[in-house]
Amino acid sequence: MQGSIAIRDVYKGYGAFTAIDHVSLDVNPGEFLTLLGPSGSGKTTLLNVLAGFIRPESGSIKVDGVEFLTCPPHKRDIGMVFQNYALFPHMTVAENVAYPLRLRKVGGAERARRVKATLEMVQMDHLGERGIHQLSGGQRQRVALARAMVFEPKIMLMDEPLSALDKNLREHMQLELKRLHARLGMTTIYVTHDQKEALTLSHRIAVLNKGKLAQLDTPDALYERPNNRFVAGFIGESCFFSVEEGADSVTFQGRALKLPKGTALKRSQPRVLMVRPERLQWQAPSDAGAMNRIDAIARDVVYQGDSYHVGLVLSDGSELTARHQKGFREVPVPAPGSAVQLWLHAEDTLLVAEGA
Amino acid sequence: MKHVSLSGSVTGGVSCAKDPMVSHLARAEIRERRALLSLTLPGFVLVFVVLAVPLGWLFWLSAFDSNGALTLDNYLRLLRPVYLSSFLITFQMAFCVTLVCVLLGYPLAYLLSQLPERASQICMAFVLLPFWTSILVRTYAWLVLLQRQGVINNWLLDLGLIHEPLALVNNFFGTVVGMVHVMLPFMVLPLYDKMKNIDPLLMSAAANCGATPAQAFRQVFLKLSLPGLASGITLVFVICLGFYLTPALLGGGRVSMWSMKISDTIALYGNWGAASALGVALLVATVLILWGMRKLFGLNEHGRNS
Amino acid sequence: MFKLHQAVTPTQITHAHRLWLYTLVGLILLFLIIPCLIVIPMSFSASQYLEFPPRQWSLRWYEAYLGSSEWMTATWVTVKVAVMSTCIATVLGTLAAYGLSQVRGGMAKLIHSLMMLPMLVPIILVAVGVFFVYSRTGLNNTITGLVLAHSVLAIPFVLIAVGNGLDGFDMNQEMAARSLGASRPWAFLTVTLPQLRLSICSGALFAFIASFDEVVIALFIVGGESSTLPRRMFANIRDQIDPTVAAVSTLMILLSILLLVAMQYIKRLERRQQH
Repeated sequence: MQGSIAIRDVYKGYGAFTAIDHVSLDVNPGEFLTLLGPSGSGKTTLLNVLAGFIRPESGSIKVDGVEFLTCPPHKRDIGMVFQNYALFPHMTVAENVAYPLRLRKVGGAERARRVKATLEMVQMDHLGERGIHQLSGGQRQRVALARAMVFEPKIMLMDEPLSALDKNLREHMQLELKRLHARLGMTTIYVTHDQKEALTLSHRIAVLNKGKLAQLDTPDALYERPNNRFVAGFIGESCFFSVEEGADSVTFQGRALKLPKGTALKRSQPRVLMVRPERLQWQAPSDAGAMNRIDAIARDVVYQGDSYHVGLVLSDGSELTARHQKGFREVPVPAPGSAVQLWLHAEDTLLVAEGA
Repeated sequence: MKHVSLSGSVTGGVSCAKDPMVSHLARAEIRERRALLSLTLPGFVLVFVVLAVPLGWLFWLSAFDSNGALTLDNYLRLLRPVYLSSFLITFQMAFCVTLVCVLLGYPLAYLLSQLPERASQICMAFVLLPFWTSILVRTYAWLVLLQRQGVINNWLLDLGLIHEPLALVNNFFGTVVGMVHVMLPFMVLPLYDKMKNIDPLLMSAAANCGATPAQAFRQVFLKLSLPGLASGITLVFVICLGFYLTPALLGGGRVSMWSMKISDTIALYGNWGAASALGVALLVATVLILWGMRKLFGLNEHGRNS
Repeated sequence: MFKLHQAVTPTQITHAHRLWLYTLVGLILLFLIIPCLIVIPMSFSASQYLEFPPRQWSLRWYEAYLGSSEWMTATWVTVKVAVMSTCIATVLGTLAAYGLSQVRGGMAKLIHSLMMLPMLVPIILVAVGVFFVYSRTGLNNTITGLVLAHSVLAIPFVLIAVGNGLDGFDMNQEMAARSLGASRPWAFLTVTLPQLRLSICSGALFAFIASFDEVVIALFIVGGESSTLPRRMFANIRDQIDPTVAAVSTLMILLSILLLVAMQYIKRLERRQQH
């Protein structure tokens, strides 16, 4: 049971503003869980509550059955990587990494050995004597990581650690983080607003919106079966259309929608049709019976190199952008103003709850 | 323990107070605040004991006469001509000094903010050295310069521009000169600070819109620098009200400022009641001026009616 | 080379346009600097009266200063008091600045306002108030009394300097230290304080010069044996005794220059630390 976290009903408010609105979730030992959401969603606040720098008004957080909230930050034995790294500029790289070991009264030789081993893990062992200001962004990030790992904490917290790096470096570091996590296996809670990053790194993702937990699931479950419009819109690209929900059927553009097996036909709350643009087909299929048809007018066609982005307008005024791949030789690129037909497989159709 | 959830309510959804966790967290929060504020305790106590208590005690005194009876006499005394003329001179002095500081300080701050780095630093040294030099030393220097047998008079006599030494010191004029010298850095530094923060691109934008350099200066730069000017004026005026040293040495007894009246009343007459009444009046005037200045200039900072 | 018609700003203002401004500002700068420097040559004058330029050069006034036990005692008192009040004000001010930076709310604002009071209240009132209390507690004419009063005067300077330093400090570092296992006091000592060194130094410099130069309070609460240097100078100037004051002034100007240079050096180090 090393590193399991049970968060129950945590509430934190600032006057009239609610930062965390009664959030409960469980983190499994060794799991890589990402807190994903837009700014103001409460993800960083929740991380700081876990670290002990923000005290919630109510709730409980139990780590391996022991209450965390009554414990001061310096006794929690967690490793934290800050967004701006927060490395100590008056110490060298090695001294930074040795700092937590000193605090734990680890002796000189043992300390040096562990610092070296940890720096090797992040490929920074040859820069031990450097000052912090001499390092590049990526190097600082690794030192921050090493410092948080060297005392082998049960839990790692990371607050958007890669956001300050440029795109290439970021993607490289994402893979390195994944490898490190696979190797060391400690429970990691990662905060980001970048959904692609979350999909790459996580075992599970907790999507937060305005202080509430919108959905907690594995990446593919979040992508394929979002609970509501917010999650659907936040993860991956999507377009939304209003539908008419009758007693036992759902109609779109006057035709009954062919839905995936098991979709509830009676509605309990308002729902919208969600379409992932990449699932739209340009070619009329052989078995049109299992497909939904969407009628639209092409409005603008923009060349993008590997494809065309076609802006479409439906009869009720709602808009849709579809990609026309160069590979589609049978179906020519529509001219602006022409009528277009798109096809969507029943299994790719999804009705999601309105709201979050 | 069941939690009564009030999610969605504006005042927040804290569960019922009987929950031990909630009260524990609240108590821990208060404990942390108290511990941090207690760091200010030694300094606070020192300032309180050495400053606040004596001042309070002193002002308490102003309501009593030498026999210990409650009286308004001490304040009524302030209406005597000798005190009224002292008030008048103090305000006149503060006004003159502030005016001269504005006239001299604004161009200086402006040029300092517009010069390139090197030149600006060198000129700034000319402002900082007086700032760091003891007021006493500077006042002494002015005495030496402005005396009847002083440097300036001797020069003017040698050059044949005058036949008799001018009375440049031991009067209002000498005091103004000395005080302007002390106060000028206090005017220049906040102004400079504010001016440095004015984006030079704004002047280019104004020119692009069709403004001549003079118009751009008046309508853009000047307006934006006003908050700095306001704080400079406030600072200088208020310090002048309570100034002691320079008028005492350069005024020759003819410039009887408020602070000197307070000092004399104690040192020469031992009259605590009168002195404390004067002190209260000075403090009240200072506070009123500060408040008045903020009202006056506060409009300029946020309003667009100027 | 300096070209009169070279444009100095993007809006095409030239040096020629600014000539009047250069002249005016030049005069103002002279006005500012001459009194600071004029005393220096005059202090080397051999005659009983101050003259500029001195007809005969001599070190007699410096000898008078250094040789006089009263002047030396006064100097020693001033230095002692300044060092002690600087230490007290720096420690108390730094702690208070840290505490105030970590707490929000009305109580903190109130405490902050009260601790800034010595800077806002006219010095004459401070002097009178202190004199009043000291005469009842027997602290008049004592070093202790003077140190306490000067410490109180200096605290606002330290509060401002260290407060500014804390504003520019990345608190994440202290939080990082705490997440790594350091208690709050230990994190403050090992991470925050070393990086506040420069702000603390500049606060201490302000505190030192505030105490060293202080005249008005000293006028009221000390005299004779326990006189401070500025207090002696004041009496000398007012009673027009002799030009020893010029020599002392020169030495004080040198001290000011030293402190000014130290301050600029600290500022440069601070700027480098930012990067």
